[in-house]
Amino acid sequence: MSRKGKNMTTGGGKLAAVAAGFLLAAGFVAGLSTPASACEECKGKYEVEGRKSGYLFSNPETRAIQDDDFANGGMLWVEKGAELWNKVDGKAGKSCASCHGDAEESMKGVYTVYPKYVQELGKLENLEQRINRCREANMGAKAWKWESDDLLAMTTYIGYLSRGMPMNVKIDGPAAPFFEKGKEEYFKRRGQLDMACKHCHYDHAGQYIRADLISEGRGGGAFPAYRLKWQKIGSLHRRFKGCNKQIRAQPYKAGSDEYVNLELFVKWRSRGLPVEVPAVRR
Amino acid sequence: MAKARVKVPKTAKAGDVITIKTLIKHKMESGNRKDKKTGKKIPRHIIDKFTAKYNGEVFFSSDWEGGVSANPYCAFTCKVDKSGDFEFVWHDEKGEEYKATAKITVG
Amino acid sequence: MSKMRIEVIDRRTFMVGAGAAAAALAGLGLPTLANATPEQAMDFIEKLTGGAKPAEGKVKIEMPEIAENGATVPTKVSADSPMTDQDYCKSISIISTKNPYPHICTFHFTPRSGKAWASIRVRMATTQDVYAVAQMSDGKWYITKTTVKVTIGGCGG
Repeated sequence: MSRKGKNMTTGGGKLAAVAAGFLLAAGFVAGLSTPASACEECKGKYEVEGRKSGYLFSNPETRAIQDDDFANGGMLWVEKGAELWNKVDGKAGKSCASCHGDAEESMKGVYTVYPKYVQELGKLENLEQRINRCREANMGAKAWKWESDDLLAMTTYIGYLSRGMPMNVKIDGPAAPFFEKGKEEYFKRRGQLDMACKHCHYDHAGQYIRADLISEGRGGGAFPAYRLKWQKIGSLHRRFKGCNKQIRAQPYKAGSDEYVNLELFVKWRSRGLPVEVPAVRR
Repeated sequence: MAKARVKVPKTAKAGDVITIKTLIKHKMESGNRKDKKTGKKIPRHIIDKFTAKYNGEVFFSSDWEGGVSANPYCAFTCKVDKSGDFEFVWHDEKGEEYKATAKITVG
Repeated sequence: MSKMRIEVIDRRTFMVGAGAAAAALAGLGLPTLANATPEQAMDFIEKLTGGAKPAEGKVKIEMPEIAENGATVPTKVSADSPMTDQDYCKSISIISTKNPYPHICTFHFTPRSGKAWASIRVRMATTQDVYAVAQMSDGKWYITKTTVKVTIGGCGG
């Protein structure tokens, strides 16, 4: 199970390109192993007990976009989420506000504790899943599709309402076995390149892959994040899938138990770091 | 539906040059991308014109092509001398228009 | 605690893996596009100016030296102009030398703009020179260029 490789589609020409890639990457990683020391004055906010947010691994231009709510494209989803909060949907004729009232009061801090163990499910549930369970069970509405604009908007909005608060997931009690599974996933080699999360984000954080400074993989307070590459907001699970594809592993499904467990581990690694939703990342 | 966000200072002094920031939700489909599954080109669909008015006068506009990133951000300046209204219009090449307005008090 | 398979990965293995990831992206991940050439960009500029040869100076373009991702590259342009009714900058165009199409955008200013300045985010298909071409109210044209490096691979997932 740990080596689910993608189909071998590599042709001869591509192999040559792979070989060339080796040499290039070798030059970069060996040549530029600079520790992340991006921005001295923002360290206080984005570094807690030596744990560094991905913010500190971004270029100044990217940080400037995150720092300005009128340049940060993620705010478009925050606004949409705020609208959806008050929109009646489903058979019960309710909106989120019907039960939860003013989101700015009721949702403050909620983002910081997900994923969490839910007894009736017998497993972890992340924020997206919590939103959808509420829609189905309490509103009589359809669950939003993963990565749909509506689910991203609501998750981003709820994340935004905890902005600046420290990440604080629980890993003890009934959550403990799931935390262990997530941790295992983080250290497990997968895919054709036979790499684990930890090879980049633990062993080689602060070094470069070509021109990209590798972060510590503490995406905990950042997602849904506006990625320059995506040119839009995307979920942490979408990011996981991207990482998995890069090591040429078959990604898990967004919302799968594997990713939710991994999410708990990653969010624990981000403990104490501030919620930055919607963060801006490369 | 496109959604816009606009930042205009609420107040300014006469003669000030203010900075205005705008952001709109739009894919800016360049027409150069291919659908990964079908291999077919995704048809072009972009905002091709942005216009900014101050008390009815166009003071800034911009023509865009597929090289402008999705969810376009555009910031620019305006020299203000009296209180009034701003109007911003994004014109989509399919003929749709998205509008946003803002007020400024100039003391 | 469950047993984990934690291995020590040596530096060379890591680099090889990283390189392969980069090459995989370069080779398989991105659709191939026919890009414009620097000559087409120069043709476009000639058409824009109606054949007038732009002088260097007065216009500025700011882009990061290395773009974190080519899909969204913060870009600022400006021109040195008093922006009075008699003497102002009419427009600044941004022109790519290696995107699918040379013209990215044009900003039109008026004296009411106060400054000939604009900020936008653009797509850069690859490492290239980017031109900014400005027209002043006296009909004169000015040009400048910058180079943006766009890397493929690394953590582009």
